[in-house]
Parts: sequence; structure tokens; C-alpha cells
Amino acid sequence: MPRAPQTMFEKVWDRHLVTAETADTPAVLYVDLHLIHEVTSPQAFAVLRERGLPVRRTDLTLATMDHSTPTRTEQVFGGAPISIDSAAKQVRELETNCAAFGVELLGLRSAQRGIVHIIGPESGITQPGKTIVCGDSHTSTHGAVGALAFGIGTTEVGHVLATQCLLQRQARTFSINVSGRLRAGVTAKDLILAIIGKIGVGGGTGHVIEYRGETIRALDMDERMTVCNMSIEAGARAGMIAPDETTYAYLSGRQRAPKGADWEHALERWKQLPSDAGARFDKEIDIDATTLEPMITYGTNPGMVIPISGAIPVKKGDVVFEKALAYMGLEAGAAIKDQLVNVVFLGSCTNARLSDLRSAANLLRGHKVAKGVQMLVVPGSQQVKKEAEAEGLHTVFIEAGAEWRESGCSMCLGMNGDLVPKGQYSVSTSNRNFEGRQGVGARTLLASPLTAAACAVRGRVTDPRELMNG
Amino acid sequence: MEPIKTLHSRTAVLPATNIDTDQIIPARFLTTTTREGLGRNLFADWRYDAQGTPRPDFVLNRPEAQGCRVLVAGRNLGCGSSREHAPWALLDYGFRAVISTEIADIFRSNSLKNGLLPVVVDESTNRWLIEHPGAEVTIDLDSAMLTLPTGARVQFPIEAFSRYCLLNGIDELGFLLGRMGEIEAYERRV
Repeated sequence: MPRAPQTMFEKVWDRHLVTAETADTPAVLYVDLHLIHEVTSPQAFAVLRERGLPVRRTDLTLATMDHSTPTRTEQVFGGAPISIDSAAKQVRELETNCAAFGVELLGLRSAQRGIVHIIGPESGITQPGKTIVCGDSHTSTHGAVGALAFGIGTTEVGHVLATQCLLQRQARTFSINVSGRLRAGVTAKDLILAIIGKIGVGGGTGHVIEYRGETIRALDMDERMTVCNMSIEAGARAGMIAPDETTYAYLSGRQRAPKGADWEHALERWKQLPSDAGARFDKEIDIDATTLEPMITYGTNPGMVIPISGAIPVKKGDVVFEKALAYMGLEAGAAIKDQLVNVVFLGSCTNARLSDLRSAANLLRGHKVAKGVQMLVVPGSQQVKKEAEAEGLHTVFIEAGAEWRESGCSMCLGMNGDLVPKGQYSVSTSNRNFEGRQGVGARTLLASPLTAAACAVRGRVTDPRELMNG
Repeated sequence: MEPIKTLHSRTAVLPATNIDTDQIIPARFLTTTTREGLGRNLFADWRYDAQGTPRPDFVLNRPEAQGCRVLVAGRNLGCGSSREHAPWALLDYGFRAVISTEIADIFRSNSLKNGLLPVVVDESTNRWLIEHPGAEVTIDLDSAMLTLPTGARVQFPIEAFSRYCLLNGIDELGFLLGRMGEIEAYERRV
């Protein structure tokens, strides 16, 4: 009897079952790649120590540091101490743990270091069909190559270190089908913000999203990563995009990608991954990309988002909504355009790859960052930094008046010394506009690198299309 | 982990929807390498002013909220970051259960692994709980039943294996280690 059509998620899931789930027990799911970092691993290593357990598969485990690391060159390379003592301790502890347990660490001064979700794909270790986990919710990023990748907690980090497996119940499937061409000035970031605005911050809970359709097929890998990255902002633990020629061209020749005959075998397997014709999803929606505008958030979760030409909604009597606007210091019914901007952050696992820096630099070229605006540019990895510098992008940023830093999570979350001051407005290319995310009292407006660059030039919320050449 | 069977407590209520884990425990408190002591910074930016003084109007700072072991919240509790520091902070503070109409996936999973009961209820039950802060509720894990002071009994969903582990104080790592034969067989197969 022919096998029932399967979704890509179901194929990857089935191929990683050590034991299938039953009514009484979850599935034991095998993990092909475990990425670890300094913030969510110390307590997991402590459990291994308590129980006298080794890391079972050091060859499938890779560590780096990104969240609490400084981005100032003198603190990374210059011998200056890391300014936050507890962060310095965390960095040392990861070094000690990796040495003690035999885990490969791309450490503070490594040329291969970077944000964990940037260096996975960049090094080619993120591959189609793999199961990839990390103690970080933005692990969904790796789904852009057709991997099943999701964030886990620290207890589960311990489970994977000790057994290379996780106990999991199978998620439901959600197809988001996007059609039509994105207009000039409208980016993958605007697309995913629009999707979150439509389905809501809990719209994907319990589901793995597969992004499908001609618009998705036309995205390059960096853009696909931006889309998958923010799946968690819609509540979905994972987002996936079927591998295709774009994926293979991206991975071919990368340091940790298969080579020679291994590459040919891998390619054969990868080509079996896309969802079968007639595969059934538990939930499906269609998005028309042709009508989208640059998007920007106005509230305290990523679902509170509007087109940049739009007005902040009015929701009289909605206490939570009004509290969010009070925190943001914004008024219901007001236009978002021309809102004052104090800080611009170009960085994070959402938007700090080379093409993100290029698009912002192209807009900034020949302009200055507005007086009184602080602009911070933080490449996603040391490799991205090196490539950007080879193209002279750093000169564009520095000449415009922006700061050019070493890679890391930086201002995406206030735990490494890069902070938005209380009450200030930050246009940020990161993924979360939660209260206090970028610092106590910081007011975050999420947008694309293009929009962020335009806002930096004007010092006001600005539609990037007003500043784009041609 | 201590076995959990029944929990009887008054509720503290945070009616906000989409309470993210950055609110539960802000990122600046994550530069720790242990899981202890996070309770004092639970909801830090809602709980304290810039000088670190407790805000008298915040729910957890009110006298009637002292000793509450059940937290009731609006829809989509625990969204955002995967930080397990969120349930660690709630437990360290003294909470043993959270109730909402929807609890975000990773936060729910992290909670179950630490003995913080995630209780998902229907809209009308949650509305009643939000409108009656301090209500004495009973949560019975074995029967997966929430009992309100009105006598109303509400069944809540809980994954069977997690319930078994919580009821018996078994940790899941032990179970996984017991599957090593199957794990090795899988590795030989692929």
C-alpha cells in the first residue's frame, strides 16, 4: 500500500524516532546537532557532574558564547576585563565545562565565534533534515535549510548532553503559504512581522510552521533565516522551509558541510525532504505578499505591529493594550511615522547577516546618522564582520556616525552591557519588543535593517522607500 | 524532585495576557551559573521601582498575596525566551502552579520538568479566577482536577508521562538513561 503523503516535519520527525510515542510515554527523539552557549548550559553541566555522566556525543555538540559577551573590541581582544563580573564568570565557566567534557568551543577570541544561530548555517553544520536543538528559543532560525530546529530549556540541555535524545510529543503542523512578489523596500523581516501580526503571538503555539509558496522560494537563505527565526514570536517552536537549489548553493563548500561523495549522498537524502503533494497540515493560511508595506511594532510584543504608514490602533477599554501604550509612551490612533528615535540597533540573530548589513549600508551611504541618535551595528559573527569589512561596509557605518562592534547578541537583550537607556526609543532589527528587553524602561520598535537605517538618518520613524535610490 | 499530589492555596492574579519570560525574569539576572536565588528578582521590573523599593500597587507586593502558591494569568503565559530561569524564579519565590487559558510551549515544558504545574483552563474558568483574586483553589494532579471555592470542578489537560513523573518524583533523565539500549540501536541503524 502506498505511504500516505507526509509533510517535511513528519519526515524529519519519523527519521529521528528512537522510540515512537505512546499514550503513556512521549517519543524518544534523536538529536543530530546540539548547540550550546554560556547562559543556558552551566546548570546542565552541573547535573552531569552530580551524576558522574559524560557528554555522550561530543562530536554532535558545538559550543559558542554570544549572549553575555561584550561587543567592545577592547573587552574581546584588547585584554580589558569584561565589564560585568557575572558575565565574565559565565564565560569562564563555559570554557571550563567545554574543556572538562571535551566539547568543541568557538570561544571569545575565535574567528569562528558569533551568535549561535548565525554560525550554525554559516559554518555549514546546520543541514537539511537534521534535528537541531539549543537552549535558546531562536533555534527556529536553522529551520530555514529544512532542519527541524527548536529551542529547549536547560533541563533538556542536560538530557541531550547525557543521552543525545529528548522526550517529545509530536507537534501539529501549520502551513503558511505566501504568494506574490514583495515590493521594493519590503523585506523578509516585514513579511514575518506581518505574519505575526496576522496570526498573533500565540497563533503558532503547539505547531511547527512550514513556510511555503513562491514568495518563500524566491527568498535567499539569509532572508529565509529571518523568517524562520521569528517563528517563536508567533508561539511556534519551529519554522521550516523546504530545501531547494538556493539551499544547496548556500551550503556547498562551507567548512562543516559534507564534501565529495558525502555531499552527493547528502543531496540525494535532502531532495526527499520537501512535503509530499497532498500532505495534510493541521492548520493552513495564505498570505498575499504583494500588498505588504514595511512593518514596524508599536507595542510590547511582536504581534503589536502596523504598516509604517499606518496608525496605532484604538482599543478602548483594553487594559493590557493601554498598559502597553503607556509603557511605550505612544497614543492610540496616532501615526507611527515621524515618531522620535533615540537609538538604532542593527544586529541580532534575526538581522545581522551580511545581506542585512549590506542593505542598511546601501541606504546609509552618503548620509549621516541624525544628531542625537546612537546607532550600533553589531555583525552576527566574526565571519560576517570580516566579510563586511572586506566590502568596506564598516567604513560606511563609521563615516555615517554609527558604532561598529564585535559580534554577539548585544542590544537584543540587556545582559551584556549594551543597553537602551530608560525611556528612550530604539528602532531595532532584533526580534523582541518586550518591556525592558533592551534595558530597563527601554522602548523598542522592531523593524527591518532598511527601515532601521532610514530611521537613523532622519532621527524619526521613516519609511525607507523615501530614502532609497532609484 | 519531590512528588506532587495535591496543592491547596489561595491565588495571586496577574490578569495581563502574553506575559513573556523577560517579564518573569529579566535578562540581566541570567548571568548566573546556578538555579538558586532567582525568586527575589521574579517580575523584577514590575515589582520594584528604580531604587529597588517594592511598588506597593504590584500584586505580589500586597499583603494578601503573601504565601500564595498559585499564580493566575491571562492568555499565552510564558511566551518568548526559552530561559528555564523563568520557572526556577517562580518556584524559588514560592509558586507551585500557574493557571492560564494558554501556556507557551517551552515555558510549559520547562515548568513540568521542575515541578511547577502548568494548568490550562477554559476562558470562563480563567475569567472567574481573574475576577476573584485570593480564591482558595485545590489542584489534584492525579485526577488532573482544579476545584474552585464554588465547588466547580475543572478538568485540565496534562501530558501523561509528565504527570507520572511529577506524581512519583521521578526525573526524566533517569527514564532516558534507561533507554540507552534503544538509543545505541538507533545509532547503529542510521
